[in-house]
Amino acid sequence: MNALKKLFGGDTRQFGMIFALVALIVLFQWLTGGITLTPGNVINLFNGNSYILILAIGMVLVIIAGHIDLSVGSVAAFVGMVVAIAMREWHIPWFLAILLGLGLGALIGAWQGMWTAYVGIPAFIVTLAGMLIFRGAQQFVGQSNSIPVPREFQYIGAGYLPEIGPATGYNNLTLLLGLAGVAFVIYSEVRRRRTAKALGAEVSETWVSVLRLVLICAAILYATYLFATGRPGTSFPIPGLILAVMVLIYGFVSSKTVVGRHVYAVGGNRHAAELSGVKSKKINFLVMMNMSIIAGLAGMIFVARSTSAGPSDGTGWELDAIAAVFIGGAAVTGGVGTVIGSIIGGLVMAVLNNGLQLLSVGADWQSMIKGLVLLVAVAIDVYNKSQGRASIIGLMMKNFNRPSGAPGTPLQPDEVTSTKETISREA
Amino acid sequence: MTSHTTHTDPVILEMRSITKEFPGVKALSEVSLRVKAGEIHAICGENGAGKSTLMKVLSGVYPYGSYDGDIVYQNEVQQFKDIRASEAAGIVIIHQELALIPELSIMENIFLGNEPTKRGVINWAEARLRSTELLARVGLREDPDTAIKEIGVGKQQLVEIAKSLNKSVKILILDEPTAALNESDSQHLLDLMLGLKGKGITSIIISHKLNEIEQIADSITIIRDGKAIETLDVKADGVDEDRIIKGMVGRALESRFPDHTPKIGDVFFEVKNWNVAHPQIQDRLVCKNSNFFVRRGEIVGFAGLMGAGRTELARSVFGRSYGHFVSGKVYVDGREVTLKSVHQAIDAGLGYVTEDRKSLGLNLLDDIKTTTVSANLEKISKRSVVDTNKEFEVAEQYRKSLRTKAPSVEEGVAKLSGGNQQKVVLAKWMFTDPELLILDEPTRGIDVGAKYEIYGIIQQLANQGKGVIVISSELPELLGLSDRIYTIFEGAITGVLDKEEASQESLMKLMTSARKAA
Repeated sequence: MNALKKLFGGDTRQFGMIFALVALIVLFQWLTGGITLTPGNVINLFNGNSYILILAIGMVLVIIAGHIDLSVGSVAAFVGMVVAIAMREWHIPWFLAILLGLGLGALIGAWQGMWTAYVGIPAFIVTLAGMLIFRGAQQFVGQSNSIPVPREFQYIGAGYLPEIGPATGYNNLTLLLGLAGVAFVIYSEVRRRRTAKALGAEVSETWVSVLRLVLICAAILYATYLFATGRPGTSFPIPGLILAVMVLIYGFVSSKTVVGRHVYAVGGNRHAAELSGVKSKKINFLVMMNMSIIAGLAGMIFVARSTSAGPSDGTGWELDAIAAVFIGGAAVTGGVGTVIGSIIGGLVMAVLNNGLQLLSVGADWQSMIKGLVLLVAVAIDVYNKSQGRASIIGLMMKNFNRPSGAPGTPLQPDEVTSTKETISREA
Repeated sequence: MTSHTTHTDPVILEMRSITKEFPGVKALSEVSLRVKAGEIHAICGENGAGKSTLMKVLSGVYPYGSYDGDIVYQNEVQQFKDIRASEAAGIVIIHQELALIPELSIMENIFLGNEPTKRGVINWAEARLRSTELLARVGLREDPDTAIKEIGVGKQQLVEIAKSLNKSVKILILDEPTAALNESDSQHLLDLMLGLKGKGITSIIISHKLNEIEQIADSITIIRDGKAIETLDVKADGVDEDRIIKGMVGRALESRFPDHTPKIGDVFFEVKNWNVAHPQIQDRLVCKNSNFFVRRGEIVGFAGLMGAGRTELARSVFGRSYGHFVSGKVYVDGREVTLKSVHQAIDAGLGYVTEDRKSLGLNLLDDIKTTTVSANLEKISKRSVVDTNKEFEVAEQYRKSLRTKAPSVEEGVAKLSGGNQQKVVLAKWMFTDPELLILDEPTRGIDVGAKYEIYGIIQQLANQGKGVIVISSELPELLGLSDRIYTIFEGAITGVLDKEEASQESLMKLMTSARKAA
């Protein structure tokens, strides 16, 4: 257990989700007799869920900042519809249409951000209103019709990496992408170890790093193999590419930039953040605006994939995105969560969806099972926390040595804090 | 351990060789405690010494079986499995953070979880009758229907005690009962404790305010590093504050303030005719025409009773982070500046360490390194990208120079003791390199040893030519630290005294009276 924990870093929750994801994949692979991990199914899974995963990226930032956004489904549908109409009625070229969609998302986000950040209405209310407003607006502009979109536009939702270069029997660009991913993972691990060593911080044992790299690289290469060997004409899907780029950008922004830090600070303790000079209103505004831009993007990808914008697009997306974020380890109270965790959370839901469909489980059962998974995932988290410091983790660690980074005087639990927590739980 | 056999009062409670371990940490090691019936027994020790852990063992927060040793209460070994069990036996603990519900009335709070019922229906008539009686016993003259949020902290404390009396308490445990109270409320509470003692109720008190302990306690048990060091009989042993401190820190503390010779320069920070209105009530001024200045290298004290407007003044100057600005001017180095936001205030060289560390000063989800750089991220960022290596280095540097006790800078701040948390907050503000640092109750809830260190840090800052403003409710602290002290009463500055002319009496007089002809 300790070795496993080391392997996946200190965040037990994240480790738990990775473990759950792998277990789910193995389970369905076995139950479906090997259909789960076929190129066709994996590509399908990505295509069918990329827009939810993309939404989860925006949603996790909103939730870290201590808010929620219920309007994403309606906003996505509205933007998708307007973009479809713009191309069909006004004959706008597809790339301008995408810009229009992002701009419209930004405008909607500014509207919701204004109410949330500057007027001070809880985001729950603002976006509940938004959910109604933009659903209605979508049906109003679309007259509740289906509006088809041109072939070039469909590429962003249903396209694949093209075939280029020598005929290797695989999709060359997909192979390149996979190799780049492996190189990136190895490079960043090496760099991380080197700087940690230089600073005198705790460095994990070499075997831990190596084994972790081997496992991650094997996973990437296997995925590459699956994507590169699909039926002719398919390869790594474009929405997957957009998703990957967004994960990189937002992962970086959330953990390494001033704005990202401020989002965590505002969500963790808004007053303390303000008294440290953080402009919390601006942060809240940006987070809400960003969410709507991403919702617009997700809406366009969906429309592109389904070749037309329809009146019922985006129904229930907000709930899928929120579920992904919470399964991925974010806290309802804000201040906690990661982009990558939310993606993993989203993938757990996606694999579950996909596996149940392959097994021809009815929608009724699917819904019930998904609900229970969400509940159990968060319940485990809450239970962990309520156990305080001398918790499951503590018990698991009890038989092992203490973390190597704790020389000198052992720290005692903060008396006041833990008392308060205990009491509030008792009450 | 010294035991005193001069008294023959029966022992109501005995904790025998209590050992409590957390994973990797021995919080209590063979601690024994004997409390005599009807006495006030104080438990003293630095933060993290194990006082609260001991009380949690006693009150069943840590249930029987999770610790070693015996709790003998009224001549029987007890096996409390939760707080309810210990309360049923008559042991009631009142925590520093009160467990009252602000929206409910005094009466509803007193009977919460213990409602007098008749066939399942609450008998409010009886509740009112009994709560009036209980309020009279604690000397609280309030209508039982008043909502808790409408009465002050001091009165809330009394409601807690009334609540415990309702549970027919035999041993009342008070954890830092006066930490948030002003002088007169504190005195009232202490008198009440003496009164309850007269009625045969045994009390255990945990407090950092040694003068109060000296005043009311009959015996004192000193805990250090999870071990009971000694038990003192206050009257027989002639115990005074210095004696207690010696026991707590394991050595005599020569002086409670480090030596310091001020090097005072010119006035560089000045506030003139400062008027600020209450955030909700626009026509009520919380700062009235205040004028003050700070010189380089000077430590300036702000004295005033709780609610006098000290914090309001400081926070309104610090980027208008409190109240509605009405009028007034701020000068830095002789130039007028407008500080409309905290960001501008920080840029102008101001820093403000809040009195409320946990809810306004720290993000308890963060670790030490993130907190240390949080008020000056720009300094370690290039084009808005945070250099995490530099972050680590900076935090490590402050951890060493301020001697913050933590295994690494990656430790969460929530796990640190009060003194170490305060050091992290100080590091955060020192890293913004302020010219003027405002410290609001910098040593609240911090033990003696850490206090001394924090005083040292404050003096160092002054030696570097910075200005420091210290707001404190503890007059000895202000007198020991400040070069000059302003007094504040009802939002107005009522006087300023130099170090030489200031005394507790002269300050108290100015803190409680309106300004004489200005």
